[in-house]
Formats: sequence, structure tokens, C-alpha cells
Amino acid sequence: MDLAYLWFFIVGVLFVGYFVLDGFDFGVGMSLPFLGKNDVSRRQIINTIGPVWDLNETWVIVAGACLFAAFPEWYATLFSGFYLALLLILLSLILRGVSFEYRHQRDSVRWKRNFDRMIVIGSAVPAFLWGVAFANIVQGVPIDASHEFTGSLLTLLNPYGLLGGLTTLLLFFTHGVYFVALKTDGQVHTDARKLAVRSGVLTVVVAAVFLGWTIMSAWTGGAPLVGLAIVCALLAAVLLIASVVANLRDREGWAFGFGAFTVVFAVLTLWLSLFPNVMPSSTDPTFNLTIENASSTDYTLTIMSWAALIFLPLVLLYQGWTYWVFRKRVTRGRIEKAAAEVH
Amino acid sequence: MDFLDPLALARWQFGLTTLYHFLFVPLTLGMALTVAIFQTAWFRTAKLKWLHLTRFFGKIFLINFAMGVVTGIVQEFQFGMNWSSYSRFVGDVFGAPLAFEGLLAFFFEATFIGLWIFGWDKLPKGLHLASIWIATVGAWFSAYFILAANAFMQNPVGYQMSADGHRAEMNDFLAVLTNPIALAALPHTLFAAFMMTAGVIISIAAWHLLRRQNIEMMRSALRYGLWGMIVAFIGTALSGDQLGLVMVQTQPMKMAAAEAMFNSACGADASFSIFTLGTPDGTSELFSIRIPYLLSFLSTHTFDGCVEGINDLNMQYTTQMFPQFADQVGGNFAPTLWITYWAFRWMMGLGGIAALVAVVGLWVTRKNAKKEPATWMWRAAIWAWPASLLAILVGWVFTEMGRQPWIVFGLMLTEDGVSPSVPGWTVLISLVAFTAIYAALAVVEIGLIMKAAHKGPDPLPEPGSEPDQPTALEDTPTTVY
Repeated sequence: MDLAYLWFFIVGVLFVGYFVLDGFDFGVGMSLPFLGKNDVSRRQIINTIGPVWDLNETWVIVAGACLFAAFPEWYATLFSGFYLALLLILLSLILRGVSFEYRHQRDSVRWKRNFDRMIVIGSAVPAFLWGVAFANIVQGVPIDASHEFTGSLLTLLNPYGLLGGLTTLLLFFTHGVYFVALKTDGQVHTDARKLAVRSGVLTVVVAAVFLGWTIMSAWTGGAPLVGLAIVCALLAAVLLIASVVANLRDREGWAFGFGAFTVVFAVLTLWLSLFPNVMPSSTDPTFNLTIENASSTDYTLTIMSWAALIFLPLVLLYQGWTYWVFRKRVTRGRIEKAAAEVH
Repeated sequence: MDFLDPLALARWQFGLTTLYHFLFVPLTLGMALTVAIFQTAWFRTAKLKWLHLTRFFGKIFLINFAMGVVTGIVQEFQFGMNWSSYSRFVGDVFGAPLAFEGLLAFFFEATFIGLWIFGWDKLPKGLHLASIWIATVGAWFSAYFILAANAFMQNPVGYQMSADGHRAEMNDFLAVLTNPIALAALPHTLFAAFMMTAGVIISIAAWHLLRRQNIEMMRSALRYGLWGMIVAFIGTALSGDQLGLVMVQTQPMKMAAAEAMFNSACGADASFSIFTLGTPDGTSELFSIRIPYLLSFLSTHTFDGCVEGINDLNMQYTTQMFPQFADQVGGNFAPTLWITYWAFRWMMGLGGIAALVAVVGLWVTRKNAKKEPATWMWRAAIWAWPASLLAILVGWVFTEMGRQPWIVFGLMLTEDGVSPSVPGWTVLISLVAFTAIYAALAVVEIGLIMKAAHKGPDPLPEPGSEPDQPTALEDTPTTVY
């Protein structure tokens, strides 16, 4: 069953990848009402993630599929239990994805405004609900002896869950605004840097409370890897503060990099606090879903391990190259030129 | 009917979201290839016509692709949301091909599509061309892994039951990947997807030629579409025949249901009915047009073969093969017959009509044809699109409805796969939400595709004028959202 432990961390890495990448996508989407003062600005902002939003979102599909394959019990309990939250996430992702692709297809103010709204809502709702969902996974939810979730949507909306949602919302927002600052010029760039100062400070406060709370529960709950979790939480806090400082000093590349690693270590904190459970039961600890009792067979995990070990590095390589290809800033001039060509 | 029955609602939701998702999948599979071929033609000949066709069909491809992506996520999530008992039961086997799809295919597809859309002015020409080819092959691999997962539901292989009998455990991944159903369904699905894509191209080209617009480019597109349709039809028919043979061996009930045949028959009596009117309960027929021997030939490739009927199969299933499920299904293991019977016929009929359009089209547009095709012919050709799309949709309706009452053939009934913890009203909310959003998006999507199709490709320069070929990378047209 050792491979199941490896897969606990591979699934963690996949969700880390998803939250780092789609996290800043969500932030970029949410920043539209703050930074997109006219259509050129809004197009500038949207085009910063134009070539990559789809590959970023693919991470959740891969993470979900690997969760299904490696931990069928976890997948079944989680997805049927958190039904309505996931439904809202799905609907948001649908509207958001379509909006990126369809917004520029018609030259009508109303058309564009509607899609802009859907981008904002479609980014904010998942950014919030993923936090709620993962906070609840770590905290534990009512699960019965046959591994069925016995709560409702309201069960998830407890103080710790809501704080988790607020944390991811703010963290992704700030992370996305760093990205906008890094990838644009002119007014949008200046505004993004200013906005990141304010949202960054707020994020530091909220994230500190959330991570502190997480560590406290892990400590009192006797989580075996709480030591490592504390290290990760501290690293996340330091990196988040470093990103705010870098942004203040006009180093938006560093700010974005620090922001990305903040997300990495924040997710790792949750993951390490969860270990060796995958979904603890608040009803009775003997009903906990654990790495051992929720995983697939060694045979399946062996095959999956080969696929992951060969292909994940390859994926990182060509996706990294993609980001390199699109490394240039999306300038106002370029958007204006494109707009002129159409008419 | 109980409107809050979670099972019925979950089934409706799966059917709705899956068929809706599948409106976009075949066009993605086929149009990616088409765009790649047109762009290759441009790369090799430097003829502007091919660049414009690449960008024109590329735009339609992208409008369609966006919908395919966002509706695809729903597919993966709802196994867990609505079918958690199923997921617990098969996850050890069924999850692996899904994970492979993500790691080996979907990442490639999503990444290289992005590179292709936005890379016109950033990548060297050859690398940009390679991007669309990689995305195309990625999409095909994606289809393969999904079909392998689906094949496990039709014909479970490569597994053993766990010691406690609570789940299927994989013991041979190679067997899962080389499931005869998957190997036959892959070419069948891909060729059918090309038929549908060819249908789209024929429709669009016919629409423009009817109005005498963009004649040179649209004639090329039309010939491509017509030849593509015929080649794809032959491929679809041959692979469908192969799939039929495998199906008779693995799921004989499905073939009996396709023919709504109650009693076993051999040779000439194993006839294929083109059209049947029966009593409302479907147990006896009032009138039918039949081709003798054909069913025997389809099922066994011989004229004196025997085909088992529903009654005999029910007897076998109840007494020998699956007695433990017999009470639950009331001794009847047959799917809903009017659906399988008519879906099977519409699939073959519409596919045949689309191919017929292509044969006639090739004849009337041949090089030394004496006169131009008549206006009504162009109008008729526009129907190639809906006909081929409908054919492929009812094909899936047949495949999945024909699997009933099983969710995994012989191992688990559909009614046992549903999530026990999800109340009916929750599924109802999601069914209503998906229906509403999907309907609204369908209107937007169809509007956008029609607009792009009607606008047509950028016009070619007048003969004799300087060719408008971009010289530097920076001058290449590109996409900006």
C-alpha cells in the first residue's frame, strides 16, 4: 500500500498545479471590474491569459481523474457529498470558459458587458468554493459507516470553511493581479500594482488567520505530519509577505513568483494536515476515509505511477515552454492594432 | 412518475449532458484534422487559398472547441456526483483510462490548441503547423481512452472481483486498453466524426456556392468535403460492421434489441427489418418490410447463421448467467426496444443519406460536367450537416440505451450505480440548471457558427495583383480576444 501514499502526494501536486495556475486565472477574471476601465483595458487583461486559461483549467480535469483512479472511495464520497458546491463550480467554469472565447466575437457593447460579468462571476465563485471545499475536507464532514456524506450544502458553510473560501478568494485575486501587472503596460499595469498593495495586505491578514487555525486544529487533532505542516504554513506566510514587498518595490515578476509559491505552500499545509486521512469523518473517527482504505489496488497504482512519472515532467516541460512563447507583455498598442484590423 | 426519483433524474442528466457534450466532440475530432490538412497544404504550396481556408475553418473549429472543453468537465465530475456507487465499484479499473486521458492526451490537446490559436505570429511556421497536428492527435488519443473506459461498461475485461465482492479490481490493464469493443469503437467513432465534419464542410460550401460567393475556395472545400464524406462513410460502415460482430459476441441482447427480435432465428428467417409497426407494447408486429438473411450476415458474416432472440436470451440470463439480478429486473434484461430499434435504423439511414449526398455531389461537380448543379441540389446539400450530426447522436443513444439495464454489463445494474446520499431535489436542481444553461449556450453557439460560416473566408486577391503573402512573422494575422 506504499504506492497509495505516493499517490496522496501526486494528487496533492496536481491540485497544487491547478490552484497555482487556474488560481491566477481566477484572479485575472475577478480583476476586470477593478482594472478594466475601458474595452481596450479589459481586452488587455483577458488576453494575458488567452493562450493559457484552457491548459490551466485542464489541471483540474487531470487532478479529478487521478483522484478517481487512485482513490475511488474518496472521489465518490467527495463528489456526491459536495454535490451542490461542485455544481456551482461547474456552472461557473462553463460560463467563464465560454465567455473568454465568445466575448470578442461580436462588436456589441451589451454582448461584451454580459460576457464580462460572467467572467467575473465565473472566476469568483470557484475561487471561493474551492477554498470552502478543501477547508471542509481537512476539517472533516459528517460521513457514515458506509462512507456516505450525511450533511448538506449548509454543512460546508461553517466558519472555518467560509474562512478557507475567503482565503483562496483573496489569495487568487492578489495572485492574479500580480500576473496582470506582470503582463500588461500602461494604465492597467500601474493600476494593478496599486491594487495589489491593498489586496495583498488584506490577503496576508486573512491567510494568516486561516493557516493559523489550520495548524491549531492539526496540532490538537494529533496530525502526524503537523511539524511539516507548520513549516509549510510559515513558508507560505513569509512568501506572501515577500510578494507584497516585491510588488511595492516594482518587481512584479518576483511578486508573481512569490505569490505562486505562496499557493504551493498553502495547499501543502492543508495536505500535510490531512495526512494520513483523505476525508475525516466528523461523525466518528472510525468512519474516516484514509489513504489506506480509500485507495485503488497496488496493480492500478503501479501502472498509474509509471504514467505520472513519465508524463508529468513532460507536461511541465511543454507547458513551461508555452509560457515562454507567450512571455511578452500584452501591450495597449497591440490591442488597438488588433481592434483596427477588424474594422 | 415520481418527479423526484434520483435515478430517473440522474439518468436524464447523464443523457442530456453527454449528448450535448457530444454535439461538439465529433466536430473537434474531424475539424482539427481538416484544419491541419489545409494548413499543411498552405505550408507546402504557399497558396493563399489554403491559408484563408485554414483560418476560416479554424474559426469555426474554435467556437466549437470552447463548448467541447467546458461541457467535458461536467462529464468527469458527474460520475462522482450522481453515480457514486458506480464510481466506488469500478474506480479501480475505470479511473485509470480517464487519468491516462488527462496525462497523455488532454494536456497535449489543451496546450497545443492554445499555442496554435495565439502562436501565428510567435512560432516559426513549421512549429505552428506542428501544434495543430499535435492537438489533433491528442484529441484522438483522448477519444481512445474514453472509448476504452466506455468499453469496460459494455464488455468488462481485465478485472477480477475483490475478495469482499464490493468492487472490480483491475488485473490486466492491457486487456482493458485492447478491449475488442474499444478497438472496434475507436475507428467507428473517428470515421463517424469525419463524416460529420465533412457534412459541416459540405453544408457551408454549398451555402456559399448557392450564392456564388468565394467560388474558388469553396469549390476546393466542397471537393474535400465530398471525398472526405465518402472515405469516412466506407470507414464507418466497415468498422461498424466489425463492431456489430463483437457486439453479438459480447452483448447479444443489444443486437436482439437493435432488431426488436423476440425469437431466435437462423438463415433467411434472420431477416433485417427496414421498417416495422408493432403493437404499443412492442411484443408483436403488425407490419414490416424485411430483407431476408441480412441480420444473419450482419451478426455472423454468414447467410446461415443463427441470431438469438430476446426471449431465449432472457431465459439464459435469468437461469444461467445472471440469476442474482433476475428478480431485480423482473426477468427482463432487454433495453427499451423502441429506442434501440429506431436509433439503430436512424443511425444507419441518416449515415447512408449523407453518403448518398456525397456521391451525387461528386458526380454533379466533376471537372468535365456539362452544366452547373441545379439550385435545389445546393439546397439539399446543406442538409448534410444535420443529417450526419443526427446519425452520430442516435448512434450513441443506441450504444448506451442498448446497454441497459446494466451500467456495467453483467456486473452492476444502472439502478444500483446511483448516489445513495444525493436526494432527488438536488439532482433536479442540477438537471434544470444544466438544461437552462446548455439551451442558452446552444443559441449563442449556433448563432456564432452561422455568423462565421456566412461571413466566409477572407476574399482572395484579384488575379494579376500582387499576392498578399505575409513575409515576416510579425505580419502574420493572429488571434486576439
